[in-house]
Amino acid sequence: MTRIDPVERHLFFEGILLRYGYDFRQYAEASLDRRLAALMSRSGGASLLDLLKSLLGDPEKFRSVLGALTINTTEFFRDPSFFRALRESIFPILKTYPKITLWSAGCSTGEEVLSLAIALEEEGLLRRTTIHATDISPTVLRAAKDGIYDSSCISLFNKSYSAAGCTGIPSNYYTAEYGLVRFKPDLLQNVVFSEHNLATDSVFVEAHLILCRNVLIYFSRDLQNRAIDLFSRSLIYKGFLGIGPKESLRFSTSGAKFVPLETGQNLYTVNPHVQLNL
Amino acid sequence: MKFDAIFIGTSAGGVSAILSLLKAISAKPGTPLQTPIIVVQHLPATAEIDLALVFSGITGYKVLEATDKLPLLARHIYFAPPNYHLLIERDRTLALSQDEPVSFSRPSIDVLFESAAVGLGSKACGVILTGANSDGSLGLKAIKEAGGYTIVQDPNEAEVSMMPSSAINLVSPDFIGTREAIAGKLFEFEGVYG
Repeated sequence: MTRIDPVERHLFFEGILLRYGYDFRQYAEASLDRRLAALMSRSGGASLLDLLKSLLGDPEKFRSVLGALTINTTEFFRDPSFFRALRESIFPILKTYPKITLWSAGCSTGEEVLSLAIALEEEGLLRRTTIHATDISPTVLRAAKDGIYDSSCISLFNKSYSAAGCTGIPSNYYTAEYGLVRFKPDLLQNVVFSEHNLATDSVFVEAHLILCRNVLIYFSRDLQNRAIDLFSRSLIYKGFLGIGPKESLRFSTSGAKFVPLETGQNLYTVNPHVQLNL
Repeated sequence: MKFDAIFIGTSAGGVSAILSLLKAISAKPGTPLQTPIIVVQHLPATAEIDLALVFSGITGYKVLEATDKLPLLARHIYFAPPNYHLLIERDRTLALSQDEPVSFSRPSIDVLFESAAVGLGSKACGVILTGANSDGSLGLKAIKEAGGYTIVQDPNEAEVSMMPSSAINLVSPDFIGTREAIAGKLFEFEGVYG
């Protein structure tokens, strides 16, 4: 792996922030350095400064760099036990509200949103729910909006569907042809896709439940604080937050704004004392 | 020589190799080894095995599955969770990522070792044990080039010799030995961890 010069890294991200408004300055360093090294070797061993120079006047090229700096790993019903816990412990409470607002932060190519929509549909909640699906990358948002995937995802979809506690027939949710599967468009009818950057943007919604899973691992502690604080201010009184299975709020100073639920699975409720300024 | 952490990478045959290495370490008389140990053991992505549970019987050590931002502590052993890369940051905290698999592996030994080379430099000690691919060789090379110490299990002892042999060919490690000899070597280096 090519060594990343810290001065060049700094200048590279300052330049990107000034020109394009994306702020990578507080991402977790070790994995970000790997992505930078991969980027440099793909550009024929160019230095970060050369690369920056070529990006400044070329938005198209920047888009591909943005793709290379972000991680879009996701799958349907990722960690099925998490979805099972949502259904068993959180949905019964959501049911008591006439309208429900959810926020999937870092929705990537949309698998999590579709999984959520399917679970909500089976509980009879989808029609009165609005899901805000956000990501910093316009490319993945476009894919998420289409709801079309390679059919190789289906065997895992079928398996995780049942493990997540869903009770219907999985193939009712998609049609398959030409090696692709298309999910039923009405699953995404109440989904609002938009660009949102946890490093730079602010509150835009008042949600009952926020899912932000395997996004915080790419952030430094300072940036985690920012995001977690933003979540606490984006939730209704006693709203819920779900994070990734290997993530923790323990090392963030904003972590005290949340209380873990007894269900485990890294599900939290926002601390009512904090919300009421007690 | 004092290390801030010992990094162990292994694949096929690794569970029993790590177990006997850790047992050899914990069986040494006198003060137990203080230096934190960080392990990547290749597992299938869907494995629902908590390696920390498998190894929880090691006396004198607390065994944990690595989670994001966990700080390193003395007499602790950390395992990479299945389907995540494990890395170490400059500030001696653990980091996870779901970037693409490297050498068909996630967690990848190269990813952990290369982060150790960058973050810890000469304060890193890398150990390669049994395995059936060559993941870890490049990482061990990076540790060596950063001034760290490199150890490889004797391929004759390893259940599967490919991973140690590949590392030996690429790196010419500082020490090659049996698990028992490796345990002894680690004790020679023992320093006090802050």
